[in-house]
This record gives sequence, C-alpha cells and structure tokens, in this order.
Amino acid sequence: MCRTAEEPEPDADRGTDAAFSALLEDSAEDLYEQAPCGYLSTLMDGTIAKANATLLGWLGLERQAVVGRMRFTDLLTVGGKLYHETHFAPLLRMQGELGGIALEMRTGSGDRLPVLVSSVVKYGSGGEPLLIRTTVFDASDRRAYEAQLLRRRQEAEQARAEAERQRERAEDALRQAESDRARLTEALAALQQSLVPTSLPAVPDLESAVYYHTASPDRLGGDFYDLFPLDEDRWAFFLGDVCGKGPAAASLTSLTRYTLRAAALHDPEPATTLATLNTVLHEQYTAAGDPRYCTAVFGTIEPGHDRQHRTVRLASGGHPPALVLRADGRAEFLATPGGLLVGILPDAPFTTAQTTLAPGDTLLLYTDGLTEARTGPTRTSLFGDDALHAFATDHAPAGPQEVITALTGLLKSFGDGLDDDTALLALGVPATRATTAPTTPPATNPTNPAR
Amino acid sequence: MDIRRRNNVTLTGPEGGEGDGPVVVLAHGFGCDQNMWRLILPALARHHRVVLFDYVGSGASDLSAWSEQRYSSLEGYAQDVVEVCDELGLEQAVFVGHSVSAMVGVLAAQSAPERIGSLVMVAPSPRYIDDEGYRGGFSEQDIEELMASLDANYLGWSAAMAPVIMGNPDRPELGQELTNSFCATDPDIARVFAGATFLSDSRESLKSVNLPTLVLECTQDVIAPREVGAYVHAAIPTSRLVTLDATGHCPQLSAPEATVQAILAFLQEAR
Repeated sequence: MCRTAEEPEPDADRGTDAAFSALLEDSAEDLYEQAPCGYLSTLMDGTIAKANATLLGWLGLERQAVVGRMRFTDLLTVGGKLYHETHFAPLLRMQGELGGIALEMRTGSGDRLPVLVSSVVKYGSGGEPLLIRTTVFDASDRRAYEAQLLRRRQEAEQARAEAERQRERAEDALRQAESDRARLTEALAALQQSLVPTSLPAVPDLESAVYYHTASPDRLGGDFYDLFPLDEDRWAFFLGDVCGKGPAAASLTSLTRYTLRAAALHDPEPATTLATLNTVLHEQYTAAGDPRYCTAVFGTIEPGHDRQHRTVRLASGGHPPALVLRADGRAEFLATPGGLLVGILPDAPFTTAQTTLAPGDTLLLYTDGLTEARTGPTRTSLFGDDALHAFATDHAPAGPQEVITALTGLLKSFGDGLDDDTALLALGVPATRATTAPTTPPATNPTNPAR
Repeated sequence: MDIRRRNNVTLTGPEGGEGDGPVVVLAHGFGCDQNMWRLILPALARHHRVVLFDYVGSGASDLSAWSEQRYSSLEGYAQDVVEVCDELGLEQAVFVGHSVSAMVGVLAAQSAPERIGSLVMVAPSPRYIDDEGYRGGFSEQDIEELMASLDANYLGWSAAMAPVIMGNPDRPELGQELTNSFCATDPDIARVFAGATFLSDSRESLKSVNLPTLVLECTQDVIAPREVGAYVHAAIPTSRLVTLDATGHCPQLSAPEATVQAILAFLQEAR
C-alpha cells in the first residue's frame, strides 16, 4: 500500500512526543541549577543569597562556603573588585540594570575565569531595591579572542609608531645629506680652484684668454691649463687632458699641474719638463699597476730678437698640435714631432719646437673636446682638425680674446654635441696700435683684404 | 575659556533663594561623573546652593581641554576645582569629594584657602597601594588589573558616541539616554585618571589640613577599608569620623539617606 505524504510516520511521531514530554518534565529548579550559564542572586549589600550549580562548578566552590558567607566582589580578582566598585556598582544603582560587563572571577583553586556579567535589580512594590539578579557567562574563548584583537591593535600602534620613527630618521638623513652635499660642493669648489687658476695673471705686453668647460656635474674636469712666470721676462704655460673623469682624474690633474710647475722652475726646457712629468706619472701610476696618463702641451714664451716679437718654445706629449693665427690672416698648425702620451712608457722622447709670435699673432692651445665635438644633423661626424683650421683661417687675424669668443660661440652652436671637457688657451702679442685700437675692432680687417 | 562649559558646571539650590547655608560643591571621583550625586542632591539642594561639575575628561566636560600632562596628577584636578570656584566667586564653600576627590579637595583648599571653608570626604583614601607600615589594600599589580578591565569595557563609550555625549552640554538629555553613559569615558583618558588616582600618595598633604572636616566611611568598602578611614581621621586633628552602615565604595548611592543626614548634620554644626 502507498502512504501519502500527508500521513505522519508513526514511529517518528512517537519519538517527538517522547522528547517533548521530557522537556515538560524538566523542572524549573533543574533549569536554574543546570543552566548553561551561572546564576547568582545577591542582597543589595552584595551578600550572595543564591547561586546555581553551574556557577559553583565553574568556580570549584561549595555552596555552603558561598551562600550567606561571601559577597559578589569576593568572587572577583582584585582588579575586578576595583572596576566593580568604581563603575559596575554605581551604574547598576543608577540604571537598575547592566549588561555584558567583562570581569575576571577567581576560582577556588586560584585560577582566573574570564566572565561576562549582566545584572538587574529587583524592586519591591514600593520601588525599593530588594536584590540583584546576575547571570554569568564563561568568556574564556571570547576573552582570548579579544586579547588577540587588543594585541593586534597594540602591534598596529607600535608599527605606526615605528613608521613614524622611520620617517623622522629619513628626514634626519635627508637633512644630513643636504648638509653633506653643501659641504661637498664647497670642498669641490676649493679642489676645483687647485686644478685650474681662477684667473689668468696679467703678462706684460702679452694678451691671454681662456675658456674652460667641464662636462661632469661635479665640475671636476679632466682638462687643465696654467700660465705662470719663470722669471722677470719668461713665462711658462701648459694645457692638457688627463685620462678619465671625476675625482680620479682630478687627482691626476693635480699631480700633473704641480709637477709641471715645479719641473719648469727647475729646467724650463719644454722637452725636459714633459720628460720629468712622464717620469713622475709613470712611477706613480703605470709602474704601480694603475696605468694612467695625460696629453699635454707645455711651452715657454720670452722676448724675441726685439721687443715686438716673442719666442715661443713648446713640446707636446700626445696632444693635438697648437695652432697659430698669423697677423697676415694665415692659420698654421705648429708641428711638435714625437711626443707620446705622457706617463705610459718609462722613457718617452719629447721634442721642443719653436716659433716666433709677431704683433697680431695668436697662439691657440686646445683640447680634443673641441676637435672631437660631434657635429652634423645627427651628431655623428667630428668637428676635426681641418674644420678647425678653416675656422681659424676664416677668423685670422684675431687677438686671443677674439679667438676665444669666436670659438666659444662655435662650441655653443654644437649644443649637445659637446659632451667632453674642453679647455682653450690663447696667447698673443698685441697688434700695433693702428690695427688693434679697441674702439675700432673692425680696423683689423684691412690687414686681411682677402676676407 | 568658558569654565562653566568646560567642566559642565550645574548650579542648583532652594527655589528662588540663596539658601541659608554655605555653598556645597560636589566632586565626583574616578569612574563616573556628577550623576553620582543624584540620590542625595534633592535633600542637599533644599537648604543649600549646590554646585555640580565634571572633571575635564569625565562626563559631559569639554574633551578638547584635556591634556595628559595636566591630568596625570591630582594637582591638575585640583586646578579644575579652583578654577570652578573662582569662576563662581565662591567663598568658604563646603567641598564634598568622593573617593580620590577627597584628596583633590585637600590640594584645592591648600592652593585657594579663601575658596574652601570645610571638607567632606566620602570614602577617602590618601594612598591605595600598600607601603611600609601602611595598608592601602592594593598592590601595583592590582592597579594593572584594573587597567586591563578598563581596556576590556568601554562602557558605552565609542568614538562615534563621544561627540553626542560630550559635545552637547546644552542638551544633557541626549547623553542621558545612552546606556552606561554615566561612565562613558574615552578609554585613554580613563587610563590616565586611573593612574593619577591609584598611584597617588597624599598622606603628606593630609597633615596640613586644619579645616573642619567630615570623614565618611562605609562598614564594608574594598577600595577604602576602615583602617584607611581611621588613618585619615587620625591624620587630620580637625576631623570627625562617621561610619555609615553601608557597603561598597559609594554610600551616596547605596545609603543615600544616611549619607545626606551625616552631611547635613555636619553643615549644621559648622555654621
């Protein structure tokens, strides 16, 4: 036979009835004593009048030791007592009820039991408070969770404080870095001044001009030059280029400059002076396994056969040849035979060349920053010796300042094609007054009708 | 600065009169606020002008005036008392201080003797932590436990509710509707007040008190046990000790009639 869904299943029905009647037989007393929470009733003075078996079981206390003998606060830890007296009790008095307060109870064995307590005051018919009913929930797990939350919050707070300290440290470091940078800039400026003269000295009956450009941001160039007196009539000059850039190049430049100055005072013969420099650099670097070198032109200038002329003697070590712009409009490279890079070989031959500067003649020394500047639309071809020669021819005759100004303009036109250090030094015998009167600069042109 | 607003000062007294006795200043202790006095207020106000206030950081005071530095010691709370007295122009007032406020009253009377004429100390203790030859009832570890309880119970305080409770001194009913708001305190501020209270030692200050003083103690008080009451009474020669048949630390709540009777009798006598 088929049962319909509406017909109750006889066995299941009997089971539900049994459970329901068992529930009905559950006495109020049993519900109270065995409730899943602690029950407690106290007089208004806190004396415990009643407590259920659940609470007594949690606390491990005998009923007769508690009821009528202890006050509610006796069940609490000392900190809990303080909190009860300063917050719990006053609030309960004022509000008549209070719920969910976290406290800690002390068990008979001395253990702590975290609990959540709710209390309500029972009032008499006249509104007078009679007793306090309290339920107690075991909050061990929940308190552990809360403690974890609290710990997390404290950790977050500590992390925030640590981040704040880091930020302050970073700011300190930044301030320190800025002050370091200021000091370094100052030191660099002092060092820079030791590498090249701040200004050229005035030489009687001689004009001079200079251009100096460093490609590196710290302004420590690899190019160098100088002009200084040897005695009353004779002056020495040099210009060169050390290998490398930055601080390492600067130390090489420094050694080179002061060696040349000292050597020139000892023996101003240009080939000899460069040979001395070669020995010093080779001994200092290459022989010590740190090959470094420079290229340089060193020369002297002294009165010639009359007061109008100057005799220039110079030697070169691997350096681009000097260029002379003559008063008659020609420009010529001054050949300096031999001359290897200075500092590479233990014994390097240098040769002294000689020329005479007449009034209106200008001697130009330059580093390869000029001749190796990249030109052209794509910045791929080099300016080169020929172009320099043509440029010089185009401008000759010209005094030192005029030459430097023209070349500076040329360099500027290279724009970002000029990525190396560049030094230019020009020395010249002033032209006769008729042709170099400063108020009439175009007057130099008649001496060069070809232009 | 508006002191009345800052300290949520409330003035009450006999209908249409100045009262026939000195002005009574009621100062709450650590825990709640001026609501602590609500059960004895009507009886007191029948005969006296009564000043109620909240310390900065408690109740409906202006929290923006609170600073940890000032309120880390009882001197800061005494400054509140003096400033409230100055603001109201009180002279020879009766200062009723509950719990730690009893010691705050001693400090205030020392710094402004013209303002305070007599002291009522309700459940006072000059030092809560045991010391050599002295039993205050607590150890420092107990105080740390209290701090933990403060952390575990924010009692109606929350960052969202605080503006409602604290920011509407003109409309106190807003605050009073909130459960547990009598004890609603920023937990960080409560911790500072707890430290100022339970780590204080005012035993030296007691010796200089020469004002008429009423010491009220309860028969059962875990915070200020009877031997502490006896200590305070012994330290102040001009004091009278009355033991109230009351349990707990707040007789003004648990035994308001007995408390107010004792205070009124003292005021009667002092006149």
